[in-house]
Amino acid sequence: MAMRYPQGVDVAAAMAAGFVLDRCEAVPALIGKAEDFLIVTGLAGTARDIAALTHDSAQIYTMAGAMGGAAMIGLGLALARPDKRVLVATGDGELLMNIGALATIAVLNPANLSILVVDNGHYGETGWQRSHTSLGVDLEKIAIGSGMQRTRTVGSEAELADGARLLREGNGTAFVVLRVAPAEPPSYKRNFDPAACRNRFRDALLGPG
Amino acid sequence: MATDAGERWQDALYDLLRRHNVTQFAYVPDAGHRILIDRSLADPGVHSVALTTEEEGVALLAGADLGGARSVLLMQSSGAGNCINMLSLAKGGRFPMLMLLSMRGDFGEGNPWQFPMGQAVEPVLHAMGVIVLRAEKPDDVISTVEAALTMVFQSGNAVAVLLTQKLLGAKAF
Repeated sequence: MAMRYPQGVDVAAAMAAGFVLDRCEAVPALIGKAEDFLIVTGLAGTARDIAALTHDSAQIYTMAGAMGGAAMIGLGLALARPDKRVLVATGDGELLMNIGALATIAVLNPANLSILVVDNGHYGETGWQRSHTSLGVDLEKIAIGSGMQRTRTVGSEAELADGARLLREGNGTAFVVLRVAPAEPPSYKRNFDPAACRNRFRDALLGPG
Repeated sequence: MATDAGERWQDALYDLLRRHNVTQFAYVPDAGHRILIDRSLADPGVHSVALTTEEEGVALLAGADLGGARSVLLMQSSGAGNCINMLSLAKGGRFPMLMLLSMRGDFGEGNPWQFPMGQAVEPVLHAMGVIVLRAEKPDDVISTVEAALTMVFQSGNAVAVLLTQKLLGAKAF
């Protein structure tokens, strides 16, 4: 399916800067078998990516508010469940809102945590304003500077397999920036009730009661 | 303020939290929580998580709960303001959350910068659906935090216990 570009976005500039992949294909390719992960998402785009991928399953916790919290929810979950692989899938804007979380996470460096940033260089939900990553900010370098040792930037189809491998290997927190075109994420109507989603997730993971 | 009596209630407080299976201690470093932080760092049975800002801790608490673990967020009163939007997880998501706040801008405060946030702690937390309890003297601490533990982990609330400057003593300037 062809990518759907929102009106007013400078697609040529984004492509020239390396934001070319179709998130609707690249995110599923990177994650592979989603059932292997407990997944926490950011708002809007990544929530839709993961809800569409998993049919809004009980092993995902998607957000639609509390922006900036995804990575740290992932850390709390990863520390609580060292027996499970935890994936945080969030956007560039959501991560930037609490970029200090990378420092907090790097210090602890849990081996069962992977962070996937679906970086489209824009705030897609608020009118496609350019984000800092379209203006020179490099999230992988920030992760490296925070002390993370297992990092990648994936910008082409040829790099997907290496990124996918990193997300699943476990000798330290993995951080993968997936650069994608500023195009619409998949359409998916997910559960927006944060308390219902909490209960659903806990029931599936911990059993009822 | 690090009197022998003060040391004892803080150690008793740490032991109480551990007896209630709290295994993640998140904090922005603060003098009022020094003993709890040091105990968590020395305890191989817990994760001691140093935050860059307090709102990270609110999100961490939610993640710990998703995984079935219990956690506590330690902060100074000034950090309450940094948590506000993230507390949507408490009010909207009904994640249980236990917070211990060492107060500034309160009883006997000598730094005028501490008053705006210190005096706003209770109304701001109330606005986000957090129940606020106060401990005013050493004898109050354990019973108050014990009550909070029940309200949080049995009843599913977000509760902040304010360790007041009457309890901690005002920092001298």
